[in-house]
Amino acid sequence: MRTADVVVIGGGIHGCSTALHLALRGLKPILVEKDYAGRHASGVNAGGVRQLARHVAEIPLSISSMAIWEHIEDLVGDDCGFDSHGTVLVAESEEELAGFRARVDELRLRGFTYEELIDRAELKRLVPAVSDHCPGGVVSRRDGAADPFRTTQAFRRRAIEKGAEVIEGVRVTSLSRAGTVWRVETSDGPIEAPKVVNAAGAWADRIAAQLGEPVPLEVIAPMLMVSSRVPPFIQPVVILRGRKLSFKQLANGTVVIGGGHLATPFRDENRTVLDWSKLTTSARTVWELFPVMREATIVRGWAGIEARMPDDIPVIGPSSTSEGIYHQFGFSAHGFQLGPGTGAMMAELIATGASNVPIDGLGIARFSRG
Amino acid sequence: MIAAADLSPAYDLIVIGGGPAGLAAASLAARAGLSTVLFDENPGVGGQIYRGITSTPVKNGTVLGEDYWAGAALASEAKASGASIVNGATVWTLDPSLAVGISIAGKARLVQAGRVIIATGALERPFPIPGWTLPGVMTAGAAQTTLKAQGLVPSGRTVLAGCGPLLWLLAAQLLRAGVKIEAMLETSSRRNWLRALPHLPDFLLSPYWRKGLGLMREVKAAVPVIPVQKLAATGAGKLKEVVYVSGGSERRLLADLLLLHHGVVPNVNLAMAAGAAHRWNERQLCFVPELDDDFGSSVPGIAIAGDGAGIAGGTAAAERGRIAAIAAVRALKPEASVPAPQVVRQKLAREEMGRAFLDVIYRPSDSFRRPEGDTIVCRCEEVTAQQVRATADMGCEGPNQMKAFLRSGMGPCQGRLCGLTVTELIAEQRRVSPAEVGYYRLRPPVKPITLAELASLPIGEAERKAVER
Repeated sequence: MRTADVVVIGGGIHGCSTALHLALRGLKPILVEKDYAGRHASGVNAGGVRQLARHVAEIPLSISSMAIWEHIEDLVGDDCGFDSHGTVLVAESEEELAGFRARVDELRLRGFTYEELIDRAELKRLVPAVSDHCPGGVVSRRDGAADPFRTTQAFRRRAIEKGAEVIEGVRVTSLSRAGTVWRVETSDGPIEAPKVVNAAGAWADRIAAQLGEPVPLEVIAPMLMVSSRVPPFIQPVVILRGRKLSFKQLANGTVVIGGGHLATPFRDENRTVLDWSKLTTSARTVWELFPVMREATIVRGWAGIEARMPDDIPVIGPSSTSEGIYHQFGFSAHGFQLGPGTGAMMAELIATGASNVPIDGLGIARFSRG
Repeated sequence: MIAAADLSPAYDLIVIGGGPAGLAAASLAARAGLSTVLFDENPGVGGQIYRGITSTPVKNGTVLGEDYWAGAALASEAKASGASIVNGATVWTLDPSLAVGISIAGKARLVQAGRVIIATGALERPFPIPGWTLPGVMTAGAAQTTLKAQGLVPSGRTVLAGCGPLLWLLAAQLLRAGVKIEAMLETSSRRNWLRALPHLPDFLLSPYWRKGLGLMREVKAAVPVIPVQKLAATGAGKLKEVVYVSGGSERRLLADLLLLHHGVVPNVNLAMAAGAAHRWNERQLCFVPELDDDFGSSVPGIAIAGDGAGIAGGTAAAERGRIAAIAAVRALKPEASVPAPQVVRQKLAREEMGRAFLDVIYRPSDSFRRPEGDTIVCRCEEVTAQQVRATADMGCEGPNQMKAFLRSGMGPCQGRLCGLTVTELIAEQRRVSPAEVGYYRLRPPVKPITLAELASLPIGEAERKAVER
């Protein structure tokens, strides 16, 4: 019988980060991943590392994560391809800009100053290639982007170096109480541990359901496209609010275009089917916003399978039904940036029973209270 | 010429690729009364084997040989069949709902099919020797393409290297066109003969045997054929010398053009991106689709005919196309009359006879498939063999992880020139079979399209499709 202090289910950025931080606290975690670390959303997302435009409930985790991102190499021994050229939310009309101003003002009242309203001139300075119809926007200057698969792998590697065990290609089949510990049945035999973290992403609802706390998780697969290399023309990540778009030129010149148009996911087959009628909309948006991109070639489209909650914020914290179980899933297409800080918070919560980083409003009980 | 806007929103059968399999399939289906469209990327039909069949400037029939001209009948038959044949049409996506993304003259459309026959044929196997990216080094297939389509032949010192029937054929065609070939460097191992012996009786009964011997005699009479165990192209900025090891000693040949070839493998990109299951074929050293007796793939409604179903050559490809087309007709219009499938199957069996012998005798040696050191493996992203091997040693277990570590396979060729090499290198480092390592997960667009093309998809159609889903 294998035993551990904590079983972490799921080898995405969150599971790997939590495993690493548990190991750093001297605990022995075993991470169980049904495919390989970073196989799904954590490895194939757009790589945005963004505090901008987050739900208030996530802001503390986002801020604590950003502090880690800025010294990511110290933690995982790899710079994860992180660069910090800011994220710019572009307004396409004066009305939209007015809405952004209200949001920035509200954040300031709460004491958060990292979102900054910018006018047309500053927008042009930050994003010279942007179309002239855009009157301004919001910038979060410390934001950036990283290489998602490399990052997830770096967390996995460092977790192992620090004493975590990572078992890949093994599926968790059930959870049951065995005296004072949890017995985690897997396709490779059982593991017993007093604590379990459910970081199973798009598959996490199945774990929660077994614990008697079903959640309305939607399996989604946000689509991305990448272009061939084009001469450098933009440094920050650009996002839109009115139309769905995220836009980022990597250091190698390729441009990653996303924004949340969805493919059809088949989570039991690890497969997605792209919807070109929606990618056309993305292409048209880029065509209008960045004329310089019109003759760039699209070389690949893809989608990663992940979980979305009805309120678009994650499920984080102790189970409402089962002592010793913790949830960390449902990041609703914006969980990559939160990985480092959420893993640290989760490890602190498990090791000490409390954390200074507030996670109010993110608990699973919000879905059971009717 | 048919424009994107002229296409119907839906066809009974969409055939992708205008080589022998596609032409034969489209002819048969159209004649049986299916609304049939054939999309082909080139300016004219014929595929690679019959490239330029309706337009080649090479009018002297003996240069390209009688097997080439056999393609003319297929082309005219298809033209007369009533199938809509659209050239200059790039298919960039096919999904399990049988929606086909097509781009013609810069304009894109999504077209719905009742059935799809993928007839995208074969690609030359990657031949990653030191210096293979130098100007002056091409594939034999590329040289044959320029000969067929443009009537161009090499003018400088020309060396051929590799193995396989196509290399001999090209050598003969170049000789007939008046080209002087300095040498043919033969890379297949002599030991293959022993392994091939069990397949010899079938081969002797096949048409290959007489043709093959004839070609080899013709080439050997004019060109020194040298068995080699090592091969490299060298030069500063362009090819200057071909360096090879024969019988233990290193030799050098001055050359302006080196033509490489060691076999062809199925062009899997569209089929894999559509979700068709593939498996490793150890005899042909490549991934081939899992198909039923009618060449139906694991995706309902999608068949894969021709060399894309596993290498069997042009005449077999046409028969495979017919079998797939008969299945499409039976599914969509059971009352239509079609040729008896067992007759076609018998013809196919005859055409496929002898293939096993060729596969084994021309099996490319490990050392020419699994490069070492700083030999480039992924040309698009300039990734070397040593990088791939070292990354595999570090724990990178498959080609998809390799993409993330090294960007191999992430460039515009979408893995066509490195996929098999990367799989085999990882397998060798991990000491497992290529079947276990697997291949790149391929994603549409399977051919790069411009953002402007993608943005040109008709919005009404896009909205309609969005509602239908």
